[in-house]
Amino acid sequence: MKRYLPFVIVSAIALITIVAGAMLYHAKDLPLLTISKNRLAGTNDAEPVHIRGKPDAPVTLEEYGDFECPPCGRLSEPINKLEQDYRSRLRIIFHHFPFGTHPHARAAALASEAAGLQGRFWEMHDLLYREQGTWSKAADAQPLFNAYAGILGLKIDRFKRDMESDEVRRRVDADQKDGAAVGVTVTPTVFINNRAVPPTSLNEAGLREVIEAAIKMKSAP
Amino acid sequence: MERNRIIFYTIAALISLAGLTEATYLTVLSLTGETAVCGGSASCFQVLGSSYARLAGIPIAAFGILAYFGAFGFATFAAFGYARVRRYFGLAVWAMFAVTLWLLFVQAFILHAFCRYCLFSAALVFVLAAIALLTPSSR
Repeated sequence: MKRYLPFVIVSAIALITIVAGAMLYHAKDLPLLTISKNRLAGTNDAEPVHIRGKPDAPVTLEEYGDFECPPCGRLSEPINKLEQDYRSRLRIIFHHFPFGTHPHARAAALASEAAGLQGRFWEMHDLLYREQGTWSKAADAQPLFNAYAGILGLKIDRFKRDMESDEVRRRVDADQKDGAAVGVTVTPTVFINNRAVPPTSLNEAGLREVIEAAIKMKSAP
Repeated sequence: MERNRIIFYTIAALISLAGLTEATYLTVLSLTGETAVCGGSASCFQVLGSSYARLAGIPIAAFGILAYFGAFGFATFAAFGYARVRRYFGLAVWAMFAVTLWLLFVQAFILHAFCRYCLFSAALVFVLAAIALLTPSSR
């Protein structure tokens, strides 16, 4: 029996590694998120917008954000939580509104758009907000943006090229122009079904209340 | 002597198991694009997000799975008295040692950043190398 024990142990470890790896992969596998080519209803945007969630959800939460603004970073997780809680009833739209006073904000916006060209806008969006405390303090944030692209599995050469492209610049500029046109002056500015959410409600509980009201309004006869 | 050998190889098997767990975890996170793995550490992102973290598109941690599994298998068989396998254990460990030295060189002199997972793995390989050096049969 002892003679066969190492075969049993080694086979058991191989099996456990494969099963545990597959379970972890299943648990961590991110949904494929792509840039929607849909235009927002009622606007004449020349650039596509970034939508996460069900495209025809009854409630739309639109954020004008700056990746380097700390309140935007703090609001990111609550918005993700609301998206998970409301699933098919809520869609999230993100618009860039980088401030010149934040030294890396525009580069971060360009990085997210460059990631978007490889189908990973939202992953970069989440990563930039989550790691805001790290890259915003760096003297040169570009190596970190490149590292984020690498860890997301993007093609780095293309990512670097795209970050400097006119296409990406145009997208960020178009968002900023749109924001200014609808009266955005601070970030984060959030609209729920085209109504601005007061700054005092920019937290999970406050947003949940506004979303609930919007759902009720939509379902009312 | 035989008792010492069994103890050494058992420890080597347990250390390889720790490395196998870490390599599996990193490989899966790399394949899924999960980014929380480096949370808050710029150095970790710089290493795991660099071109050195992949070989022909395959996460380098995946090769770590094979290496640690090999070391685990050889150490287990050696602990159970399979004398011929001891040589393979030594070869596997010294190959891992050489790769670890290269990766430490890359981190120190090319990337100028260290990743905590890589340092943990390097520590495991150094212990395995010490065991391979000290185990009576390996001399």
